[in-house]
Amino acid sequence: MMHTADLLKVFAAHRGDAIVISGRGGKHWIEISDTVMDIPLGDPAMGGHAGFGLGLALAQPNKRVVLFDSEGDILMSLGQLPTIAEQAPANFYHFILDNEVYATTGGQPVPGSKLVDYAGFAKAAGYPTAVNIAELDDFKRQLPGLLATQGPVFASLKVFPEVENTPIGQRVRWRKRGADKVVRDLRGALGAQ
Amino acid sequence: MAEAAALSPETVMREMKKNGVTDIVWLPDSETNWLYLLMQADPDLRLVGVTREGHGCSIAAGLFAGGRKPMLLIQNTGMMESGDSIRGWLMGLNVPIVLMVGYRGYTRHGVNTDTAATYTERFLMAFGLEFFLVENDGDSDRISTAFALAEKTQRPVVVLVGDEYHGFNR
Repeated sequence: MMHTADLLKVFAAHRGDAIVISGRGGKHWIEISDTVMDIPLGDPAMGGHAGFGLGLALAQPNKRVVLFDSEGDILMSLGQLPTIAEQAPANFYHFILDNEVYATTGGQPVPGSKLVDYAGFAKAAGYPTAVNIAELDDFKRQLPGLLATQGPVFASLKVFPEVENTPIGQRVRWRKRGADKVVRDLRGALGAQ
Repeated sequence: MAEAAALSPETVMREMKKNGVTDIVWLPDSETNWLYLLMQADPDLRLVGVTREGHGCSIAAGLFAGGRKPMLLIQNTGMMESGDSIRGWLMGLNVPIVLMVGYRGYTRHGVNTDTAATYTERFLMAFGLEFFLVENDGDSDRISTAFALAEKTQRPVVVLVGDEYHGFNR
């Protein structure tokens, strides 16, 4: 298993000019980068990050779009995988952080946490490239190749859970911009408004 | 007084084009095939088919974030299923989008036997979403009104297609 903060540091060295939707890695990624090309949305509605990543990748075909999704999210919306595969955005890199639990609700296991082959899901849905990676050394070795591969690319990354048990009202808010402002900032940077 | 023609797929397409729609995120409604054929034949329009209507909300939000002008084309049943996605991905991110929603079960006289129709407007009112009813070609300018309102308010606006058993059809 990997620590999310560690794998994001590895990714940062290879990020280039990609738009990064930090998803479930948001609180660590914001310590690494917080520009208009970083998209910390929090959790607008669970299960939707993959769709947002798809939409953004389709809208900006000349920019690499990297998403750090989660296994809990894609389990809520597996039907997005065939849509992504059908649209086949060559610039979309769909990583999921698989910690096997619902971490923000206290760490209850997701259904099938020890059974599911997430890369298998993606391959079966039609992603041309899909891998499961469990160790940081493997991630370091495979990441350059994955980012050089035409998308959509799917990689399930096995990470240690970071379980939160404090009441929501007492949790430290790590986002510096509201999700709507994040979107406006991005549109401004892309010349869309 | 002569009755206005049923809402034709050509009229809907014309409204989409007039308002600069670039992408249709959609799941087939009961009778959308003629519209589908028209949309599919248009090289300037991208169709993104979804497997559940709620998925369309975050896809549309991503398209908007990247500078496109998407529209959602779904049925009222799917809209109700999409409640949390509409809230979080469209309303929460201030996405000025038009949702064109087939109004399954709608009857002009208000007596209906389909609970899909019973709860449609109640759902929209609960979410505070503005909506317009389009029953035929004579109402089609309301589609442009919906686009203008979405832009002005930076919120999703719904067009209910109240002629579902003829709408988009020939």
